[in-house]
Formats: sequence, C-alpha cells, structure tokens
Amino acid sequence: MITHTIFFYFFSIIAIYSALMVITSKNTVNSVFFLILDFISVGCLFIMVGAEFLGMILLIVYVGAVAVLFLFVVMMLNVAEQKTSWFRGRVTKGTHIPSGLFVSILIFLELLVVVGGWKYKTNIMSSGSLPIDQNTTNTHELGNVMYTDYVLYFQLSGMILLLAMMGAIILTYRKRENIKRQSYFKQVSREKSSSVELKDAEFDKGVKIDD
Amino acid sequence: MIEIGLGHYLTLGAIIFSLGIVGIFLNRKNVIVILMSIELILLAVNINLISFSIFSGDILGQVFTMLILSIAAAEAAIGLAIIVIFYRNKGSIRVEDIHQMKG
Repeated sequence: MITHTIFFYFFSIIAIYSALMVITSKNTVNSVFFLILDFISVGCLFIMVGAEFLGMILLIVYVGAVAVLFLFVVMMLNVAEQKTSWFRGRVTKGTHIPSGLFVSILIFLELLVVVGGWKYKTNIMSSGSLPIDQNTTNTHELGNVMYTDYVLYFQLSGMILLLAMMGAIILTYRKRENIKRQSYFKQVSREKSSSVELKDAEFDKGVKIDD
Repeated sequence: MIEIGLGHYLTLGAIIFSLGIVGIFLNRKNVIVILMSIELILLAVNINLISFSIFSGDILGQVFTMLILSIAAAEAAIGLAIIVIFYRNKGSIRVEDIHQMKG
C-alpha cells in the first residue's frame, strides 16, 4: 500500500510539473516534449490503478502518434523560438492575465468543491451497471463490453476518425505548379516504335543524340 | 494522506484541468500551445473517468475513455491541419495576428 502511495505522488508530481511547463515554456518544442512526459506519467498512473489497456493505449496513441504529429507541425512551421516571453504579446501588454487567472482559479475552486462533495452522496457509487470481474484481465473485460453492448459507439468513433482523416487531407491538399508527376496511363501505353530507335554508328564519329 | 483514494485522483484531474484552462487564457504565443492545452483538458477528463470507473467497480467509464481518446486524436489532426493552412496563407500563427473575424 505504501508503494502505491509513493508511486502515486511520484507520477502525479511529474504530471503536474510537466503540465505547468507545457503552458509556460518559451520554446514550443519544449512544450511538446513536456506534453509527451505528461502523457507518459498519466499513462503510468492508469496502469498503476488497474486500467492497463487504456494506459498502454495512451502511450501508443498519444506518445506515438499525436505528440509526434505536434512535433512535426511545430518543426515544419518554424515557429518554435519566440522572442517575447510566454504571456506577453506585441500589442496587448498583458491585460488578459488578471481575468484569465481569475476564471481559472474559480474553475479550480469549483472542481475542488465537487471533489470534496462526492463523499456526502454515498449511494451514487453502488449503482454500477457493468461490474468489473476481478478474475479476468482488464483488456478481456473491456473487449467483452465494447464489442457487444457498445459496438455502435465503437463503430461511430471509427467513422469519426475516418472523417477526421479525410478532412485533414482535403484541408491541406494543394495543386502545385512545376512539379513532375508520374502519369500511369502514358507510362503503360508507351510503345516500342515511339521510344526506341536504331542508329548506325560510323567509325570515329559517334552518334549525335538530340534531346 | 497515506491511503490513496478516489479524492486524490480527482484532485489530480482538477489540477491538470485548471492548468489547461490557464494555458488557453494566458497564451499569446501561438495556436499550437492552445491545442496542447485542449489535449491537457481531455487528459484530465480521462483521469476522472478512469478513477471513477476503477473505484466504483464499473467498466463503463473505461469504454467512454476509449471513445474520448479517439475523438481527441481526430480533433488534434483537424486542428493541426487548420493551423498548417492558416500558416501557409498568413505566414504567422500568433494568437494576436488572428483577427480576421474581429473577435
């Protein structure tokens, strides 16, 4: 039990620190790296608390795909290094800081009230409709539910992913000028008569090839 | 303090959620950091769902966490595509340069 406590505090302190660094670091590349660290530590928390499959999915999907996508975009757009500090713009001299901090602190206090208040309503915890079976693994359990009762939601999320992929491709596609493309029709329908020619080479003169 | 319960995980989720909100409000740098703040917020939501799912012994929260993960991935892809074409047209993605709609 004590190891659970130690590891919880270890991973959660790393997660909070890296979330802080994501929003405060000057360099955007550093922000992306801290985002990766945040996902890794929260994934470790998930694995620790007993949701192994989702922890692994978090590692694979986020660290492997989304964070690398962020990194590609940051490096491709050449916006990584900013001269001004993180909260100050060129035009507005930080007038948005008090209101933003006020709203954020208010939201945090409200969430704390909710977290403190869940103890008072005890019967909400005993109304589980799909109880976890302790004998099977987490992945087995999740698959049993997801492929039977919630298969429509599962397929709907797949459709949304397909839609996102098509949207991203259509948004970023552009026709470019002066680029050499492969034309399959021309390539396949080429014939010997139009492309190969026999020439007699005279001695000591060579063959002149006009191009 | 020693015994880790549901409240600890919910507090962690609340802290990360609030940090994401702070990141959205205080950012003047570029839009990518705002997208990363949205990812942080979704991560906090996932922490809440999974901790409730584990501590109340109900698998349903993990199913919804999985759906949220896929939606978050789709959102990141679309957002980054929009940022890429905005940068291609304007040459900048600073937050204060985006004032086409006079907002």
